[in-house]
Amino acid sequence: MRHTLSVLLQNKPGVLSRVTGLFSGRGFNIESLSVAPTLENEVSCLTLVTKGDEAIIEQITKQLHKLIDVIKVTDMAEHEFVEREMALIRVKAEAGSRAEVLRVIDIFRGKVVDVAPKSYVVEVTGSPTKIKAIIDILRPIGIQEIVRTGSVAMTRGVK
Amino acid sequence: MQITGAQALMKCLTEQNVDCIFGFPGGAVIDIYDELLRHPEITHVLVRHEQAAVHAADAYARVKGDVGVALVTSGPGATNTVTGIASAYMDSIPIVVFTGQVPTTLIGNDAFQEVDIVGITRPCTKHNYLVKDVKDLVPTIREAFHIARSGRPGPVLIDLPKDVMAGKLTFPEPAPVQMRTYRPTYEPHPGQIDKACREILKCSRPVLYIGGGIIASKASAEVTELAKKLNIPVTMTLMGLGGFPGTDTLSLGMLGMHGTYYANMAVANCDMLIAVGARFDDRVTGKIAAFAPQAKIIHIDIDPSSISKNVKVQVPIVADCKRALADMNHWFETTAEVDPKAVAARHEPWISQIKEWKTAHPLGYIEETGVIKPQFVVQKLHELTGGEAIICTEVGQNQMWAAQFYQFDKPNHWMTSGGLGVMGYGFPAAIGAQMAAPDKVVIDIAGDGSIQMNIQELATARQYRCPVKIAILNNNYLGMVRQWQELFYNKKYSATVLDVAPDFVALAKAYGAVGLRATTPSEVEPVIKEALATKNTVIMDFVVCREEGVYPMVPAGKATTEMLLV
Ligand SMILES: Cc1ncc(C[n+]2csc(CCOP(=O)(O)OP(=O)(O)O)c2C)c(N)n1
Ligand SMILES: [Mg+2]
Repeated sequence: MRHTLSVLLQNKPGVLSRVTGLFSGRGFNIESLSVAPTLENEVSCLTLVTKGDEAIIEQITKQLHKLIDVIKVTDMAEHEFVEREMALIRVKAEAGSRAEVLRVIDIFRGKVVDVAPKSYVVEVTGSPTKIKAIIDILRPIGIQEIVRTGSVAMTRGVK
Repeated sequence: MQITGAQALMKCLTEQNVDCIFGFPGGAVIDIYDELLRHPEITHVLVRHEQAAVHAADAYARVKGDVGVALVTSGPGATNTVTGIASAYMDSIPIVVFTGQVPTTLIGNDAFQEVDIVGITRPCTKHNYLVKDVKDLVPTIREAFHIARSGRPGPVLIDLPKDVMAGKLTFPEPAPVQMRTYRPTYEPHPGQIDKACREILKCSRPVLYIGGGIIASKASAEVTELAKKLNIPVTMTLMGLGGFPGTDTLSLGMLGMHGTYYANMAVANCDMLIAVGARFDDRVTGKIAAFAPQAKIIHIDIDPSSISKNVKVQVPIVADCKRALADMNHWFETTAEVDPKAVAARHEPWISQIKEWKTAHPLGYIEETGVIKPQFVVQKLHELTGGEAIICTEVGQNQMWAAQFYQFDKPNHWMTSGGLGVMGYGFPAAIGAQMAAPDKVVIDIAGDGSIQMNIQELATARQYRCPVKIAILNNNYLGMVRQWQELFYNKKYSATVLDVAPDFVALAKAYGAVGLRATTPSEVEPVIKEALATKNTVIMDFVVCREEGVYPMVPAGKATTEMLLV
């Protein structure tokens, strides 16, 4: 099963490689990973999407906890949560397909952020399923390049 | 007052009660070595290979029950420590390794003798550091010692750039280490203790399965009390030997691949397995589905990630083994309507069953006239040292025979590279052990292959007057691998025959040590006696039965009941 883990880290040199090294060394898989600072200067938040049965997720969580620089690990599956990802998509947009592309972007509440004679760069944000959906729809029109941020996630409700 | 980084390092060592370090110098640590001259209170043992420094520090830590320290230079000095660090990591041994590093200004430039040792050792240390600013030096060292010795112990590495050692700082006042992210759980949850004890009340065929955690947490007294109070047989992992008296009637000896018949039968048939400070390693469990199939499992360990990693357990207890066992003992003594004597009596039929297994297949070997059996040598070593020696081992058959036949009654007397299985561990470990316990008899039970992996340490042993005894069980083979080839590869002895071997007696002499040889069983005792009476380092070369095998043996991947017996 797919799990989204939110990991709070001390912002020390090499900390990211401790996390990724743990995954490669123990044969766990990483589907996506994103990391950025939090409100606190010395703390970063890493959002990691992985796959595995309950036993594997339990091991991943425990092994992450064991890293000295890890402050907290939250398995989002244990909470109500929102998950978002952003993608930049360079899509073919020639005379015949421009209107169609714009319509699709509109439906997905995306934005055109760069325009070239024969293509657009589209910015779209949403749940991973939404990102997948727009990619599926744009693909037949002609996607030239995709860059995605990987998921970020937050629990719902009051903290 | 301002002092240098190197001076601060010395002050830190004193603060941590370090009186002996193992090391080897080089350009990047020359400032530290210069400073060391002004600290006669710290003994520096100059090894002849950096790997040996780490193994020696490892054994020093095991004997002392505190942190061992190694000091090496950058680049090759640092990379030579990796095997020792990885071994200490697998065996959860508290050591701190200081490596020199090129000056901070050169880091990342492929400077002479630069290596990213922090990157290299990240997966085999409990934690590691590169100190880039001399201001961070002292807090880092304090934190490193704290991490190494607390929780589940392990190796910590500190990389020290040359300019940081020469830099100036004001030594900060000693202060307790406060860490936001690292707080091991020592106290067991009372609810879990209660649950575990009530489960024990319900069972009729319990087994205590104890590992290195018993040694690390100094819990021998507590586990012995529990076993005796409730009449529960005890089996030990390779790392747990000595955690419970090996000569006690409740001892089942070691379990697993080369465990005793009765230990493996007991685990296979028990209805309650109480695992304490053990980690269900594959050499212990064999085929996992067939491991303790009828048992409810209680698992006490300070490392949550060890629990339910390989085997699902019913009652997990995250705690220091010593405290959890003490709480269980207390529970059985004080809980209303619980009578420990009645519990103990209820286990009698189970104990009788185990006695039958013990009689059916005791640990043993077939004697042959005129030929020295390696097991006999270990038995004689036990007899002639009164079971009081510190035993270090190499890896292979020698290690397994030592584990099987030297019945350890006390903790901290058994040093072996259990998790990583490093050939070459035993001899430097013996030197480390001897430095920690100068009055003890220290013996390295060795193979003729393994001993050659760190044989250069004969010079170290001589230089520091370590009267270490090396007992080579010389079969002229890489015996353990040969045994697998005999059993599973049609006796095709690929690369396991040691065609050229040194004359170990002459080799000992070349280093100024003593060399003795026994080629017949009647020579074994006189050789051991002479070695024990010698104040010098001694190599005993026992020319043993070449194709002797280690039995019982559970073939890899088989159930532990599918043992090949003598
Ligand atoms: C550094 C290292 N290399 C290889 C091995 C694989 N290995 C395990 S036991 C063994 C044979 C050891 O031979 P010897 O020291 O003569 O011991 P014996 O088994 O003959 O008692 C080997 C090669 C190892 N454990 N460690
Ligand atoms: Mg051999």
